Amino acid sequence: MKIAVCVKLVPDSAATVSVDGGQVSWGDAPLVINPWDEFAVEAALLLAEEHGGEVAAISLGDENAKEALKHALAMGCTEAVLISDAALADSDTQGTAKVLAAAIEKTGADMAVFGKQAIDSDNAVTASQTARYLGWPALTLVSAVKSFDAGGKTLQVERAIEEGRQVVDGPLPAVLSIVKDYAEPRYPSFMGIRKASKAEIPVWSLGELSIEAPTAVVTYPEMMNPPEREVTNEIIEGDSPEDIAAKLADKIMAEKVL
Amino acid sequence: MANKVWVYIDQFKGEALPASWEVVMAGRKLADEMGTGVSALVFGEGVKAIADTAIHYGADEVMLADDASLADYRAEAYTATLAKLAGDGKPDVILFPTTTRARELAAMAAVDLESGVLPDVTAMELDGDTVVATRPIYAGKLLTKTRCEAKPQMLTLRVRAFGKPEMDESRSGVVTEVDAALAEGDIATKVVDYTTVEGGVSLTDASVIVSGGRGTSNRADLTPPAEITDEKEQEIWRAQQGFKLIGELAETLGAAVGASRAAVDAGYIPYTNQVGQTGKLVSPDLYIAAGISGAIQHQAGMRTSKVIVAVNKDADAPIFKLARYGVVGDLYDIVPALTAAMKDRLGK
Repeated sequence: MKIAVCVKLVPDSAATVSVDGGQVSWGDAPLVINPWDEFAVEAALLLAEEHGGEVAAISLGDENAKEALKHALAMGCTEAVLISDAALADSDTQGTAKVLAAAIEKTGADMAVFGKQAIDSDNAVTASQTARYLGWPALTLVSAVKSFDAGGKTLQVERAIEEGRQVVDGPLPAVLSIVKDYAEPRYPSFMGIRKASKAEIPVWSLGELSIEAPTAVVTYPEMMNPPEREVTNEIIEGDSPEDIAAKLADKIMAEKVL
Repeated sequence: MANKVWVYIDQFKGEALPASWEVVMAGRKLADEMGTGVSALVFGEGVKAIADTAIHYGADEVMLADDASLADYRAEAYTATLAKLAGDGKPDVILFPTTTRARELAAMAAVDLESGVLPDVTAMELDGDTVVATRPIYAGKLLTKTRCEAKPQMLTLRVRAFGKPEMDESRSGVVTEVDAALAEGDIATKVVDYTTVEGGVSLTDASVIVSGGRGTSNRADLTPPAEITDEKEQEIWRAQQGFKLIGELAETLGAAVGASRAAVDAGYIPYTNQVGQTGKLVSPDLYIAAGISGAIQHQAGMRTSKVIVAVNKDADAPIFKLARYGVVGDLYDIVPALTAAMKDRLGK
């Protein structure tokens, strides 16, 4: 069995992000593997360890995206591939999903695993759109795989939805997106990091995937810094917690937000 | 079916999610500007009552697909039905609430319809018949204006970003029954079980949130029961006493309980309560942060709250910069006193 796991390189969640001359800037904050994708890699590795198989990490991006792939390799993925093509610079989620679907097919994967969303664009749609291009069911927001039969090509997952936990049976191949409850991602081992640093990561262009450059239908004509939060800070002081609480309670009531 | 604005009503177990009505209202406003009408889409089983309510909130017409195969939301069945209807009816815009189901449905139907999806939109303006949408990216650290240059333009609207919907029971409209696109035998997945997570108000819908952070475990003089000997478990026990106080304040205010990532990572409270860039993005009318320092990734999840109150022992905590009202003090002293004071004022 082969499991494909899709990962993205993003600015660290602690980064201060701003728009400077129309360009997004994250200062000197590091670029890291998207935190949600670490859960996806962990889920893929656990499934491969338990049921036998290999895990192929896939990323779409420029040369820098190899860092996300190296993290996935260091965690234990068996192979990695970067999809990079100048024609993908303005790709929207539909285009990205179409290209990822082609790459997943080319790796010969029996299933694909994604993180819940990427913390830069916050679209949270790539897993389901990739599933649609592949014609595979989308089993999103998976918090546990409850049963898995690679031979019989079926699985049962638990999904974390707004209202609670839902248990769903589905066929393989399928696309899964993984939430934090699945399992804590492992730290890359020293040996894993050494191995990953030496790995030669192949780069596929659109030509190698035999697909045309998708035309983006979603455009981003403008990026903006959010309006400054205009807030008057008022520190409530008093003689005792009760005195402070009474003053604060009056302020809250006066805001008419309850 | 000549209406050019469509709105999707998300329901679970026959109950419409309140965010759906915000979408009907936003769709009504958009349709009025475009000089067209609003068609609502209701999919499910035994959901006729939802169709009537959609009209009361502003829809002119409802397309109702009421079928056993649609009883539970399943991506492939719902997507096929939506794509069929939109392929035939050719709307300019379809609006969805940003719920997990509707976001997925919009995304997958966009593929079938060879269009695009703009998720989690917080504002809309019109440029001809194209919607220019504003949506936060980087968890709200930035905003972007974005457009979908194909049709139908699929947008999911952020919950609580488009105002409170108003119902008018005198409104009337047409309910048209439509077919589910797939037969049960053609649907690959089956929903076999469902369990609710323990009660309480849902974070994303909440108009008031009380959140706790690392500070919940800072009360060293609390003595854990003798059987808890492990230091880490003692810390968690202390934190739970803090969250108990936070829970009491939340209950008094009819609020949801939130938490910082630090509190979740330390095992104080489940991940479902996490507010922040890698948790839930919330925008309540009142956000009370107790024992939360206000790391940038937490701020990203709550900075658009209307009124922020912060209680923290550290006067230099960054959360105070966002807070309308701040109290420099121990949450163990302030939170229970505030609960009592609020009970008094709310007559509880």
